[in-house]
Amino acid sequence: MTGEHGRWRRLRTNRDWLGFWFMLPAAAFLLLFLVYPLGLGIWLSFTDARIGSPGNWIGLENYEWIIGDAKFQTAVFFTLLYTLVASAFKFAIGLYLALLLNQAMPFKAIIRAVVLIPFIVPTVLSAIAFWWIFDPQFSVISWSLKKLGWIQGNINFLGDAWNARWSVIFANVWRGVPFIAISLLAGLQTLPPSLYEAATLDGATRWQMFRYVTYPLLTPIIAVVMTFSVLFTFTDFQLIKVLTNGGPAGSTELMATMSYNTAILGSRIGEGSAVSTAMVPFLLAAIMFSWFGLQRRKWQHGESND
Amino acid sequence: MTDDTEGMSYLSTLPRRLVTLYAPLSLIVIVLLFPFYWMTMTAIKPKEHLLDLDTHNPFWTLSPTLEHIEELLFKTDYPTWLWNTMFIAVAATILSLVASVFAAYAITRIRYRGAQWIGGAIFLAYLVPPSILFIPLSTVVFQYGLFDTPFALILTYPTILIPFSTWLMMGYFKTIPYELEECALIDGATRWQILTRIILPLAIPGLISAAIFSLTLCWNEYIYALTFINTTDNKTVPVAVVTAFTDGDQYRWGSLMAGALVGSLPLVILYAFFVEHYVSAMTGAVKE
Repeated sequence: MTGEHGRWRRLRTNRDWLGFWFMLPAAAFLLLFLVYPLGLGIWLSFTDARIGSPGNWIGLENYEWIIGDAKFQTAVFFTLLYTLVASAFKFAIGLYLALLLNQAMPFKAIIRAVVLIPFIVPTVLSAIAFWWIFDPQFSVISWSLKKLGWIQGNINFLGDAWNARWSVIFANVWRGVPFIAISLLAGLQTLPPSLYEAATLDGATRWQMFRYVTYPLLTPIIAVVMTFSVLFTFTDFQLIKVLTNGGPAGSTELMATMSYNTAILGSRIGEGSAVSTAMVPFLLAAIMFSWFGLQRRKWQHGESND
Repeated sequence: MTDDTEGMSYLSTLPRRLVTLYAPLSLIVIVLLFPFYWMTMTAIKPKEHLLDLDTHNPFWTLSPTLEHIEELLFKTDYPTWLWNTMFIAVAATILSLVASVFAAYAITRIRYRGAQWIGGAIFLAYLVPPSILFIPLSTVVFQYGLFDTPFALILTYPTILIPFSTWLMMGYFKTIPYELEECALIDGATRWQILTRIILPLAIPGLISAAIFSLTLCWNEYIYALTFINTTDNKTVPVAVVTAFTDGDQYRWGSLMAGALVGSLPLVILYAFFVEHYVSAMTGAVKE
């Protein structure tokens, strides 16, 4: 009796057991709906599963097939282009906007709040607005440029391969800039003003202050923010699905939309899983690159590790 | 406010600030807001003006109408979709907040063996994107018999929300002094009492941040909602709006824009009330 009681007491008060009970709900969700599907996805990529049939092990056949597939090659090319170009622009504009917002001005709080709206509104819903703005016949951009006399005919934003690519990249940059700007602004506001006073006394120019004070101090936050940004851009789905659905002729297909089209619409689950599993090495590389690449600069500038 | 240029701003004259600050800032803000202006304009313009750019200036309308919004609310299933979206978002947020608070408390305060390691693993879970999970998840959802039910989304969204909320709550819990907890332990409080009576009341700003950010993420989610839900009546706003108002090549722009506008408004209103919480949720998860 006392032994039983003692064991129950131990289960209730022992640190490790207590921790176990507290972790249980979160762990159950993450194991059932994240870890298990992650493993299952890798397994499925080695099978010929279709919707309604579990499939048999076929080894690397799916991978051999997609690597030789021109559509997959285009998707990889565009996914990389989309990620690189959009991230670069998002970083440049986001940092610039953060620096602007960090200056003294009237209505600062309101302006800052307004800037974040594109991030709040669901991507699909703002993509619908871009869909209309990029309409081949009734685009307001074409209309304005025609009125200004800069162009003759309408711009075929989403109907031409490279126009469509630049248009979706623009929409992605538009959606991503607020997140980066506001995150970096929060970082800027933690920088000690005394450093800028010291720099001013030493006769530093604005550019020197940015280059030798702001930027090095901001690097750790830039590293984290850009890691997230690159990750979300690389795995983007919504914007492309709504704006172009991968068209015209697959020129804006991303790996994510291709895996959806193959597995869900085309019912070839094995092949679709191979496409999405092929994203993993790229993701790891992106994380490693932005993480370690930028972390190293931190101590190169003589910063402590905190 | 630690504004680095405040002390020296008297050095720059107004014309200079116009060029270096106000002009670029206005340009960026206009570009960021234009799609919403355009969305609103389209939603309140009469149908015949939409495709007639020559007789009516597209940037403005003198005869605003509510016909699109009225059609949306009374002639389509839009209210059902809005209700679905809200219900799913709220349910998933509550589930994940409960799970996250327990997990974050255990990691930061109970500090069981391997807590640090688990904390790292949860951060990694944050980096696993839905677009590499949705294919295997669709087979899992099907196996569990959840396919085409709201539960398919209510139970899968927490995988996106828990890592983020746990990380955010950990940050908040770390700022609460240990002494408070030790006092309570000495007074004979149980872990449960400490959590509900001491820690949670002090972490309310964190809870609000996590809750509204989670709501926003659920509202915004698309790929799971698109894959796991088939019946029109069970769809969420983002999925339903795109398919409902496009008949082949015919896009009903008025309804599409009204749908996008009405679907965004609840979030924008929520955001207007909790701007600071949003910002701290966003930056809190990034800073750690």
